[in-house]
Amino acid sequence: MAAISVQGLVKRFEDVVAVNGVSFDIAEGSCVGLLGPNGAGKTTTVEILEGIQAPTSGNVRVLGRSWEKDATAIRERIGLALQQTQFYERLSVRETVELFRSFYPRGLSVDEAIAKVQLQEKSKAYVMKLSGGQKQRLAVAVALVADPELLFLDEPTTGLDPQSRRSLWDVIDALRGKGRTVLLTTHYMEEAAQLCDRIIIVDRGRIVADGTVQELIRSIGGEQVIEIATRPTLTDEQLKAQVPGLARVTRRGEVAALTVQELHVAVPAVVAAVQAAGATLQQLSTRQSTLDDVFLALTGRTLREDES
Amino acid sequence: MSPLWQLILMRARSLWREPSVLFWTFIFPLLTSVALGVAFRNQQLQAVDIAVAEAPGAAQAAQKLNADPGLHATVVPIADARERLRRGKAALVLVPGDNPELLVDPTQPEGRTARLLVTNALERAAGRADMVALRTAEVTEPGSRYIDFLIPGLLGMGLMMSGAWGVGWSIVDMRTGKLLKRLMATPMKRSHFLLSFMLSRSVLTVLEVLFFVFYARMLFGVRMFGSLLEFVVYALFGSITFAGLAILIASRAQNTQTANGLMNLMTMPMMVVSGVFFSSSHFPEWTQPIIRALPLTAVLDGLRGIMLDGLSLAALGPQLLVMALWGLVPFAVALKIFRWS
Repeated sequence: MAAISVQGLVKRFEDVVAVNGVSFDIAEGSCVGLLGPNGAGKTTTVEILEGIQAPTSGNVRVLGRSWEKDATAIRERIGLALQQTQFYERLSVRETVELFRSFYPRGLSVDEAIAKVQLQEKSKAYVMKLSGGQKQRLAVAVALVADPELLFLDEPTTGLDPQSRRSLWDVIDALRGKGRTVLLTTHYMEEAAQLCDRIIIVDRGRIVADGTVQELIRSIGGEQVIEIATRPTLTDEQLKAQVPGLARVTRRGEVAALTVQELHVAVPAVVAAVQAAGATLQQLSTRQSTLDDVFLALTGRTLREDES
Repeated sequence: MSPLWQLILMRARSLWREPSVLFWTFIFPLLTSVALGVAFRNQQLQAVDIAVAEAPGAAQAAQKLNADPGLHATVVPIADARERLRRGKAALVLVPGDNPELLVDPTQPEGRTARLLVTNALERAAGRADMVALRTAEVTEPGSRYIDFLIPGLLGMGLMMSGAWGVGWSIVDMRTGKLLKRLMATPMKRSHFLLSFMLSRSVLTVLEVLFFVFYARMLFGVRMFGSLLEFVVYALFGSITFAGLAILIASRAQNTQTANGLMNLMTMPMMVVSGVFFSSSHFPEWTQPIIRALPLTAVLDGLRGIMLDGLSLAALGPQLLVMALWGLVPFAVALKIFRWS
């Protein structure tokens, strides 16, 4: 049985279509990332799955149940962290988790939930005294307290510094397995690549790609990227004529990014092409393809441009 | 532990741990009543100032007036005397002569007293014999002083303020911080959530009322003529009325500024017309039915009725009805239109 099953989901607000016909299934026990820029419809999709918003049309089943008929049964079995919930400032970590635990018939003990996110030392601290990263961990502890079969994490690390982000990744990484399904949204490709076995890339309310990181990168025709800057700039035609296995060229400012299959063949060819054109090489570097390249190849825009 | 109890604990903790709540609920009314109690304390009336215009016989006239302890006469040039009258520094100007003349400002309340006292003093000096011998005993009864009027007024205002902000503002704040949305995504019963506000408000109300009654008694000797229990019960009704109104105000407001504006809109006019600081009977006759239909007026009438006139709850039917309507109707509407996210 699929933990989540979505068919033809549409959500329309007064003048915008936030989700425009989305369908996917999520297998039990997997960790899936919804990746996309801000405003792609990730949060709306997740909030519909969480029963917070109602869809305009489409079919949604969560843990084999529908929201219309079995809302309470679903609520008892899912855990979620919204994008940055402001818990009561003058309640301690422990009191906050205790409050949420009281709503569920089954679940972890309060101490277990706090231990899962490694907040034991802050257990008596008021929420107002926590750092951004600690607040997000508290949100995850609250999401875990019912020991849910299905866990939703909406942009769990947005706004955190790199160190807090990494330590929260460790926490989430430890939650995977044990048959628990996790759906997280993010606009950080590193996060999706790090945590998820499957990634669904969304843009403007639609799914643009779906697969494992490897599959997605392979789908754009190469796993390596060569970035060059030359004077004068080489045209796409010049590059395509001379570089074997060149899948695509994307440009940002002076820098051209060449997606290729094999570096040992492509790099000498690029250097030769520069020489043949009588140009000078300002910069040359190589790297692995990322999800950002996938997004760029599919939409012509980068995920990072939306990052503020 | 039971979810309702946890929700009540959450409310109680967040109130108890918020210094500003404690200040507005307990310290602020205490300071206000001390300040107003001192400013309006009942004291011996001061002597009425009389200006005697310079003229032959002015000094003798002034002497005759000063024989009365209630009068304080000064001899000044006529222009000065008029100026004093105009600025309220003198209640009356006496122009001595064969036909002494009195100048009074008819809009000044002291003028009337001054005229009577001056006439009396001059007639006596001229040898009038009193026809009736009157004895006067001076008495100031607790229950009739300004502070007695003020204490229930401040309590009613306090119930309205802490109802509006303690309930309304908190709900909107929880909505802004997405806590409301987060709670709604749990199996929590919505009725438990709203009930927790009502119940924690009630506990705070009881404390608030007992605190008022206690300090009013200790500091100002304000007495409770009715039953303390009925007084507390009546205050609870009032508090629930305002909580219902506050929930309506908070039911759709998306940010705390909007909510603040709406709550000021609700509370300010009532603070002025419902008789917190002075009796609402000063307003024109045609406004009285409207004023009486306001929830704060009903709350204040009842609190004063029980505290100062010793009325029982049974005698306050109309007021209770007004409160019930103002509490229940908005609450029912709020339940329909409440925005959880």
